Amino acid sequence: MTTIPLPSSGPVRDTIEARPEGDNYLTHTRGLFSWIFTLDHKRIGVMYMWSVLGAFLLGGIFALLVRTELLTPGPTITEDANTYNQWFTLHGAIMVFLVIIPSIPAALGNIILPVMLGAKDVAFPRLNLFSYYLWVTGAILCIASLAMGGFDTGWTFYTPYSTTTTAGGVIPVLTAAFVLGFSSIFTGLNFVVTVHKLRPPGMTWFRMPLFLWALYATAIIQVLATPVLGITLLLLIVERTVNIGIFNPAMGGDPVLYQHFFWFYSHPAVYIMILPAMGIISEIIAVNSHRSIFGYRFIAFSSIAIAMFSFIVWGHHMFTSGQSALLNTLFSAISFSVAIPSAVKVFNWIATLYKGSVSLTTPMWYALAFLFLFTIGGLTGLHLATLSTDVHLHDTYFVVAHFHYVMMGSALIAMIGGLHHWWPKIFGRMYDERLGTIACWIIFIGFNVTFFTQFILGAKGMPRRYYDYQPEFQVYHVISTIGSYTMAFGFVLTAVSLFGSFFTGRKAPANPWGGRSLEWQCASPPPFDNFAKAPRVGDCYDFSVVHWDEKTGGYWVDESADPEVNPGAGGAKAAH
Amino acid sequence: MSQTIASTHTQHGAEAHGHGHDGHAHGDHGHAHDPNLAHHFDSLQQQFDSAKLGIWLFLATEVLFFGGLFVAYAILRMSHPEIFSYASHYLDTVMGGINTCVLILSSVTMAMAVRFAQTNRRGGLIACLILTFMGAIGFLIIKYFEYSHKIHDNLVWGPSFYVPPHDAEGDAEAKMLKTAPAAPGAAIVVNNPATFAIPDLAAKPAVDASAVKPASVGPTGVARASGAPAPAPAAEPAPGHSEEAHPGTHLEDKAMPPNTHLFFAIYYAMTGLHGIHVVAGMGVLAWLTWRAIRGDFSSKNFTAVDTGGLYWHIVDLIWIFLFPLFYLIH
Amino acid sequence: MAHHAHHESHHASHAGEVHPEVGHVVPVKYLMAAGAALLFLTVITVASHSVDMGEANLPVALFIALIKATIVALVFMHLRWDRPFNLLVLIGSIVFVLIMLAFAMMDVHQNLPTMFNGNAPEAASTMDANAPGAPVAQVRSTNGGIGSTN
Repeated sequence: MTTIPLPSSGPVRDTIEARPEGDNYLTHTRGLFSWIFTLDHKRIGVMYMWSVLGAFLLGGIFALLVRTELLTPGPTITEDANTYNQWFTLHGAIMVFLVIIPSIPAALGNIILPVMLGAKDVAFPRLNLFSYYLWVTGAILCIASLAMGGFDTGWTFYTPYSTTTTAGGVIPVLTAAFVLGFSSIFTGLNFVVTVHKLRPPGMTWFRMPLFLWALYATAIIQVLATPVLGITLLLLIVERTVNIGIFNPAMGGDPVLYQHFFWFYSHPAVYIMILPAMGIISEIIAVNSHRSIFGYRFIAFSSIAIAMFSFIVWGHHMFTSGQSALLNTLFSAISFSVAIPSAVKVFNWIATLYKGSVSLTTPMWYALAFLFLFTIGGLTGLHLATLSTDVHLHDTYFVVAHFHYVMMGSALIAMIGGLHHWWPKIFGRMYDERLGTIACWIIFIGFNVTFFTQFILGAKGMPRRYYDYQPEFQVYHVISTIGSYTMAFGFVLTAVSLFGSFFTGRKAPANPWGGRSLEWQCASPPPFDNFAKAPRVGDCYDFSVVHWDEKTGGYWVDESADPEVNPGAGGAKAAH
Repeated sequence: MSQTIASTHTQHGAEAHGHGHDGHAHGDHGHAHDPNLAHHFDSLQQQFDSAKLGIWLFLATEVLFFGGLFVAYAILRMSHPEIFSYASHYLDTVMGGINTCVLILSSVTMAMAVRFAQTNRRGGLIACLILTFMGAIGFLIIKYFEYSHKIHDNLVWGPSFYVPPHDAEGDAEAKMLKTAPAAPGAAIVVNNPATFAIPDLAAKPAVDASAVKPASVGPTGVARASGAPAPAPAAEPAPGHSEEAHPGTHLEDKAMPPNTHLFFAIYYAMTGLHGIHVVAGMGVLAWLTWRAIRGDFSSKNFTAVDTGGLYWHIVDLIWIFLFPLFYLIH
Repeated sequence: MAHHAHHESHHASHAGEVHPEVGHVVPVKYLMAAGAALLFLTVITVASHSVDMGEANLPVALFIALIKATIVALVFMHLRWDRPFNLLVLIGSIVFVLIMLAFAMMDVHQNLPTMFNGNAPEAASTMDANAPGAPVAQVRSTNGGIGSTN
């Protein structure tokens, strides 16, 4: 790594917006109300970011409670099994609905998408703000449900337990999830329209960076799948309050119908979580390899393919529920095929690394961690998609390990990597690179210790959601818990590294990593209106025209040499 | 480079506009600032197209929202066709048909309203919006009559379906206990419907298999032939098509299949949710009417009427499917 | 990307009418014709209900409903003259409902041979009539039977 000198105060390069010194979207207007009533997508994204990270802290605390309880068989820190049930339920519900689903699209996506696209804002800024208000309402309802007696149904709210349990917090949390669903729908709606209609001249579909393709595919899923969650939760609330009996077999109903309803949304939901993460990885790997992404169109199309496929595999969560053999077979077969587009992406990313000039920045470490963890997570999904092995593994810790590898080890890791990647752009500060890298390694090691052990636990037969267990499992649980504390420590270090940048970080140049997409062409942090005039779009993965500028301590893009921006230019590609 | 040329203009622009506009670009100042054009759009066409795509995506979510209920309907009807054939007699086809026509006409007036807005005719616009609003009210009035008849006869969802109508609470309880075949030793009384005490099955006497009629179908008995629908209930004097004429309560009708309450559960769920959307549509129409009276709409700015109209049409469209599914079951 | 559809807005049925800059004005006769067709089809649907076609009644009624829905979508909702992507959005949403419907119905269909009316015999004997999940669904007849009443 070259030492990065302090930026000069000399004239900025052509590609950077000139603004009054210090005027950016963070400082353009001041006061609490200018944030609460803002229509600026960047401010909305920042508010989402703090909110989601706060929810992550809360969900993480519940996770640590769960892991601590599992240190010994029987009661460890709580005498009551129902309390334990509430902890894992809250951990799941908070993480799924309040953290992972909104995190990348609503937090990072809101800030980055219009800037990367070259637009001035999303298509419907007021709807964007309303989405955030809905998120806050959902969060408040979730906290309220804690106060009203909590809920212990598992985040999946399976009937008949969810319709008959006396826990007082069930209806509030169902309402919370309903509201959060609409937050997600409106964000998705906004993004679809923005990508379709607000592209500047020159930004054709196949000139868009892959993060935008990923967000677009995610937005399609958000719009199509989430309403079904809405009706499911509504039916559950009605069933609980007036007992219509639609899910009650004694009244002629069908509890498996609930599962069909629930998973029709919740399986596409997991692709809402992973697709934007994959988009981030595409960006980080391309930029940090200083090499054009391998197989751009394959990655773009595979995002759409994953989005479409995700709707026809939901039954693989129901193999042991009494679903018919015909459907079991169908869903198993289709689930195998949904792994293919994901594998295509992994191969393309690895091919991008090959013969690239790899900078091992913190985001790059996170991306490499993603490659490792997603491969494991994805492949173990195949274990679960296979009917015969799933009969043994269903509802064991194997499932828990699988989804943590993909949801946390992949989606969350990518989110944090993206946070580091765009942190200089969003806040105008460089974080401490060394601390960030060390934190990444600690998280990575802690994660594997925690969850790889759980694959073994599950294969040996330890059921999930159990407060008590046979003594033979204890050693694995202890190892797993130690891993979880290690991970927690790693997250604390990450927080120190990122938040410390506000105090000790140097001012970030416009383009600290040498990126080519449009967000790197405006100042860090961006001005309040992103771009005064429609920016000129080039090949966002052509790094041959990116050069290091000693004075600013960052990179600059020589657009005159890019044949896509400036036809007739020879391009510096030959010299690369 | 283009950005440096623009920068000096926007610097002045930023100061001139002050801090009122948070997060909106000022555009290049080569064209006059159209008051109907939002800051983040480049042209009226782009803005209009975005609004249309946006409302269509919202309508897609509505389709999927109702779609879930359609799936529940299909599953229930496929599992228990006899319930649907029987219970649909309690619905009044005439009223349902009139409601369908009311909604169709309100769709016509709504489309005319959009047309008036597009052609700058404020009077016609307000008139048509009010007519559409009245159509919605008409729909809800007819719905009110339908619902109140049924609720009066306890043709409702859930366990209430089995409470005999026109009875005081105490009598109903007594009647139920008298007519229910008391299972020997059964002593589970659950007062709170939200809880459910799992019965101690071991303590119960075994089911007397001979007491189960051989003709009844079940998992251990002779199963219904695959695919064949359940035989229609015996030709009892069936309840008439209008609510007032049926002889006696549904509970005394021997032809009533078990679990008929499920029909009414899905009926109220779907028509009720649809009704809620009609009420929401009335809110939209009221807001549009108020804005139209204020003079907000013109051929340069009619998007809100257009998108509001699209919402109203989807409400009509959903009813077009609900009508045959509930009122025209054979 | 300014795609100008101005030419479409000149397609007005009355001369001298103000034309909007964007969007398309539907001629009145189209709206009236569509309304009339919908009312007519409603009458047809109700009439078909009184004809006994056995199992075919439902598909016929739904088919007529589909035609009505198409008229509403194309004429009232403008899709005949709108950007094709909007039509794709509507059709796409319906396709996904059909996907959910198809799989769920397949599952239930597979289990139909084991389904029956009413409640399981064991449930009937162990649950008090007042229990919330109790087999209150059975008809109170003097024969008392569990299951169908024929």
